[in-house]
Amino acid sequence: MQAQLDRRAAVAALLKNRKDTLVVSGLGSPTYDLHSVGDHDGNFYLWGAMGGAALIGLGLAQAQPGKRVLALTGDGEQLMGLGGIATIGVARPHNLDIVVIDNQHFGETGMQASHTGRGVDLTAIAAACGFIATGMLRTIAEVERLAAQLAEPGEGPRLFVIKVLAENPPRSLPSRDAVFIKNRFRAHLGFAAG
Amino acid sequence: MHSPQPDLEARTSDDWPAELYRILKAADVRQMSYVPDAGHSQLIRLLSADRDVTTNVLTTEEEGIAIAAGAWLGGQRSVLLMQSSGVGNCINMLSLSAIGRFPLLMLVTMRGEWAEFNPWQVPMSRATQPSLEAIGLKVMRAETADDLVETVESAAALAYESDQQIAVLIGQRLIGKKKW
Repeated sequence: MQAQLDRRAAVAALLKNRKDTLVVSGLGSPTYDLHSVGDHDGNFYLWGAMGGAALIGLGLAQAQPGKRVLALTGDGEQLMGLGGIATIGVARPHNLDIVVIDNQHFGETGMQASHTGRGVDLTAIAAACGFIATGMLRTIAEVERLAAQLAEPGEGPRLFVIKVLAENPPRSLPSRDAVFIKNRFRAHLGFAAG
Repeated sequence: MHSPQPDLEARTSDDWPAELYRILKAADVRQMSYVPDAGHSQLIRLLSADRDVTTNVLTTEEEGIAIAAGAWLGGQRSVLLMQSSGVGNCINMLSLSAIGRFPLLMLVTMRGEWAEFNPWQVPMSRATQPSLEAIGLKVMRAETADDLVETVESAAALAYESDQQIAVLIGQRLIGKKKW
């Protein structure tokens, strides 16, 4: 089935009422998507470290058990960190959710087809690794329901895949200075810059 | 009743994992992640049994680099344990620690350099220090138990107080020959 959903509309709906959710975005389009809905001190944007978004989310969720943490990433980024899904499943954080914006392609490098359009199902992998909730979404109404669902605490990690159109909307570029973004993020949580 | 004091030299030589545990606790390390190594087994047990430390077993070592960065974003200190073969898995993920100046402390048990039985350990052993230095880490090495304890104490201060990215290599000579 051909996806019809616009990725920016999906991310905007997902984060419309984010409140104090902390968000880590994966390399490539998810970082632009996150920035496009409004820069935020509680955002940590990746410009590299491919495969690391969900695991940065894990370390953060473990350090901040009272806060909701969202790893917002793409299919290619999450595929590079498949083992991390097993690690997160074992760790069982109650405050970490992974949302994969899945266009079934490596969008940053010329739209080469990825595994997720060829039968690899990240939700099934997450379920097999012990995630307590998983799902695949294709409409904006489903994304709006997911946003409401994620606002309620879970009892373990959750992973959702949002199937979107394979297209590159205009880039929305956050700062590439990781030290600045790190210190801003920590200050947002009340920690000194050091 | 008078209890005899253990001899300091013998204590540190025999029980360096307990000393490392004490140092990591004193440094307020709250997260530990690892891919197991026989040389780390006692330290893994001690940290895993500590209710104030969250531990993560990894499928591959670079996951621990990302977890450590996330822990720091959330205000906690993390330590990463692995053997030298795992260093090769970490290289690209170390970009995160290097470019973000995230505090990082890796304790790496060396294989393939001293009375090694398995030749497959040798190439990555040779590449461990140069590859870590190439991506921008500071590498410290210890060959004796006393030196190791002092080195890890210093490395922890450099990492967590001075935002440095440090790998401490624990010589295979210190860990001892693997029994086959």
